[in-house]
Amino acid sequence: MEKSKLIEMYRIMRLIRLIEQRINDEYKYDEIKTPIHLSIGQEAVAAGACIHLRKDDYIFGTHRSHAQYIAKGGDIKKMIAELYLRKTGCAYGRGGSMHLVDPDVGILGSSAIVGGNIPLGTGTALASKLQGNDRVTVVFFGDGAADEGTFHESLNFAALKKLPVVYVCENNFYAINSHQLARQVDDNIYKWAQNYGMLGYKIDGNDVLEVSDYAEKAILRCRNGEGPTLIECLTYRWKGHIGTVDDVGEGYRPKEEYDYWVSKCPIKRFSEYLKNMGVLNDELIKNIDEEIYGLIEEAFSFAQNSPKPSPDELLDFVYAD
Amino acid sequence: MPWTTVQVEKLDNFFISGDFTGNRILSYRDALHEAMDQSLARDPRVFIMGEGVDDVAGVFGTTKGLKEKYGANRVFDTPIAENSLTGIAAGAAMAGLRPILIHARMDFLLLSFDQLVNHASKWCYMFGGQVKVPLVVRTISARGWGSGAQHSQCIQGMLMNVPGLKIVAPATPYDAKGLMISSIIDNSPVLFVEHRWLYKTTGYVPEELYSIPIGRGVIHRRGEDITIVAVSYMLVEALKAAEKLQQAGISAEVVDLRTLKPFDEKILVESVEKTGRLLIADTGCKTGSVASEIAAVAAEKAFHLLKKPVKRVCCPDTPTPTSDVLEKAFYPTAEDICTEAVKLVKE
Repeated sequence: MEKSKLIEMYRIMRLIRLIEQRINDEYKYDEIKTPIHLSIGQEAVAAGACIHLRKDDYIFGTHRSHAQYIAKGGDIKKMIAELYLRKTGCAYGRGGSMHLVDPDVGILGSSAIVGGNIPLGTGTALASKLQGNDRVTVVFFGDGAADEGTFHESLNFAALKKLPVVYVCENNFYAINSHQLARQVDDNIYKWAQNYGMLGYKIDGNDVLEVSDYAEKAILRCRNGEGPTLIECLTYRWKGHIGTVDDVGEGYRPKEEYDYWVSKCPIKRFSEYLKNMGVLNDELIKNIDEEIYGLIEEAFSFAQNSPKPSPDELLDFVYAD
Repeated sequence: MPWTTVQVEKLDNFFISGDFTGNRILSYRDALHEAMDQSLARDPRVFIMGEGVDDVAGVFGTTKGLKEKYGANRVFDTPIAENSLTGIAAGAAMAGLRPILIHARMDFLLLSFDQLVNHASKWCYMFGGQVKVPLVVRTISARGWGSGAQHSQCIQGMLMNVPGLKIVAPATPYDAKGLMISSIIDNSPVLFVEHRWLYKTTGYVPEELYSIPIGRGVIHRRGEDITIVAVSYMLVEALKAAEKLQQAGISAEVVDLRTLKPFDEKILVESVEKTGRLLIADTGCKTGSVASEIAAVAAEKAFHLLKKPVKRVCCPDTPTPTSDVLEKAFYPTAEDICTEAVKLVKE
């Protein structure tokens, strides 16, 4: 991979991390009046997959969608304004954190129903096939979505019709507080692919290079008409399921497990790797951070100073024009 | 032969003149076929998917031969996965296509509520109109010949409570064709409610493409004494009832709203203003039905015009029984409409 793309992946991961840390810090002021689900610790999955997508490719995210929106090139100012439920938000304050959208870059809306986005992304892939174009769809979902019928129904359909879709499962092992093993037989998500007739892989979702490698090949197969792929990325969320709470310790996730995954921080690992390669140095890291802090400041200031929707807009957009 | 086909073939050939006259007579089934055929020809974005849509029976004849004519990319069979298929069709619509998804039984629609209600119907609002879902979901209710509790439901009432979803229920061949075309060109998801017992019904249908505005009802028979609003197949029973009422000296006005949501409140209120009495005949179970909603609107907007309380003629709040004896007791008929209408007018 060329040097500029490596740096871009690093920058995207860092952008996701710093934006979400700022959201985390601002949440206590109660101006972000919408449920938030942070991806801190899971940045490599979105960054590694989206780096290979074109602007006109589609992605579908979930309730935990900030990372995917950012990685696909969604407008940051509009995203933060959406979290503040302002009229200038990406969904005009109608969606909130769980419903991010930016049609200009192929983000057609994220769903807060577990597994609900999987058919939609399968549908845009069907459209690409029927329209005869080479646009690819990437659908992101968690391990909990593999419990849902939509996962199975959609994979079957996509394989049957050889659709240009990549299913990216961000397996962070927990659906709220319920461990994967309380809901599924051990180690079975990526294996579903085989029976549905598509390629399936389980990879280290905290290694952005590995994610990027598998995603690149899967996306290329889509463009060549070779059908869908399921990529299960093992990763870990650092924060609790919702809001800014921590859910580590007694009754929640084991401290040792949490510590292990924090030691595998995807950004730290990648920056060390890039430093060893001579691609990244302390000065560049500092410059990237400064640029990101500038973007964040601009986005939060834009959001906080934006108008809220007016009550007379309530009935708008129930039906399309 | 499938059992509902046996049943439908036994029905009388009921002719509805509608608000269009001409010399071209088509069945409801053929009118639907023609609407889809012409839409596939006119717009390359239109395609049809659903269980069995390309088989020899072609969804009771409504899609027959379309795959041969337009190819397997435009008309194709699907796995039996109603929920995801609804989402897949919605996703294709978001990407600019105009899918027609078909559930051969309305009962199967229940499996698709997550994608229909949580996703397709909400997308436009949730994202401020930036992503549109021009999707048509055809759903066909059956009846009779022991269809039973899971192959005969008319659940349009449940779906009245879903913001963002338009619901049409044409009862005549003319309306079937015109509303199918309107539904296809509409930019919102439209639930297209059909009834198997209407398939053999005939009426005048123009050959050319035409659309009927969604949200506009029609008066099928003018009258002075009572307004009968009929939903879907109940139009046939209502027209038969009106004929009998005429012989009994009662002049009934028969109104078909055609679109159930958003429905034509004006035509309802104007008719009640004239007659002062309202009977609503619906194909579904009574509680929370389309009839209930029509009655509620009448109470809100036409209470001062009513001389008598509103009467709903619906199926009782039970699952559909399979026994032919119980089935007969379950479904309201023209006779029931007559009896209730006479009570409203004479008592």
